[in-house]
Amino acid sequence: MSHEIHADEPHGSMRDYTIGFLLSVVLTAIPFWLVMERPLADGVTAAVILAFAAMQMVVHMIYFLHMNGRVEGGWTMMALLFTIIIVVIMLAGSLWVMYHLNHNMMPMPHDMSQMP
Amino acid sequence: MTIQSPLVAAAEVRFYDLDEHDHAEGHSTMLGFWIYLMSDCLIFAILFACYAVLGGNLAAGPGPKDLFDLPLVALNTAMLLFSSITYGFAMLAMRQDRLRQTQAWLAVTGLFGAAFLAIELYEFQHLIHLGATPQRSAFLSAFFTLVGTHGLHVTFGTIWLVTLMVQLGRNGLIQANRRRLMCLSLFWHFLDVIWIGVFTFVYLMGMLR
Repeated sequence: MSHEIHADEPHGSMRDYTIGFLLSVVLTAIPFWLVMERPLADGVTAAVILAFAAMQMVVHMIYFLHMNGRVEGGWTMMALLFTIIIVVIMLAGSLWVMYHLNHNMMPMPHDMSQMP
Repeated sequence: MTIQSPLVAAAEVRFYDLDEHDHAEGHSTMLGFWIYLMSDCLIFAILFACYAVLGGNLAAGPGPKDLFDLPLVALNTAMLLFSSITYGFAMLAMRQDRLRQTQAWLAVTGLFGAAFLAIELYEFQHLIHLGATPQRSAFLSAFFTLVGTHGLHVTFGTIWLVTLMVQLGRNGLIQANRRRLMCLSLFWHFLDVIWIGVFTFVYLMGMLR
């Protein structure tokens, strides 16, 4: 009975959870190893661990939160996309504005203002 | 007059459905809860932005490299990841109508959640013991606010989980309890997603700074 009512609800199988878990373990272990052992330059390490975090978030969304474009007629996906847009604007905007603020408010020696 | 008559005919057959439709109980709960989670996501986005802006302001105090203990963070991450998969097992058991199994996996999830909180509290207590309190620098204020807010969410998630275990013990796997378990599932996995951001951006990037 209850299965019929909720047949269209998102749910994972054992396979989904296992794949998601194994991918998460790999995507977590590699960044920790990179930072603890430092086989790469700092800048490369930072780029790689950010990329791994983004990938792991997508893995969680698909395998644990069972996101797809069909759940609730696509409205959960729309809400998610809208939130991602807001979050990106907020994070990028804050960093951009505050970086320039810090840059412009930096204490300078007096004769710097006479420089071309 | 003859030109208007098709329009009049069309207007006559048009009708508006003013009565509310009959909705099954809880039919919109999952979408509503998802929208709540998205608003929660915005709270965390603001705290992440604060940390990103203030994270470098040490006020000559201790920095991430002096304070963070990566093996401890890795252990914490493992606890949360294990709790995610055990919650998944609880949901699988629920779908097969196995009450005892659902409760058992929920209990395991709760223990992992409690272990996560215990490790985090130990870390906070250790930092405060070192003098790295939230008042010490803007970096530490932002750190404690961001990580503490996540910890608070896990705390309430754990309380919710215990509540649902009691509900399951009383009423079994009724439709309302299934709905509540689905909501907590979203909440719990969502917290793990936020933690990915925390351990990457705060702890790992902090050690690189």
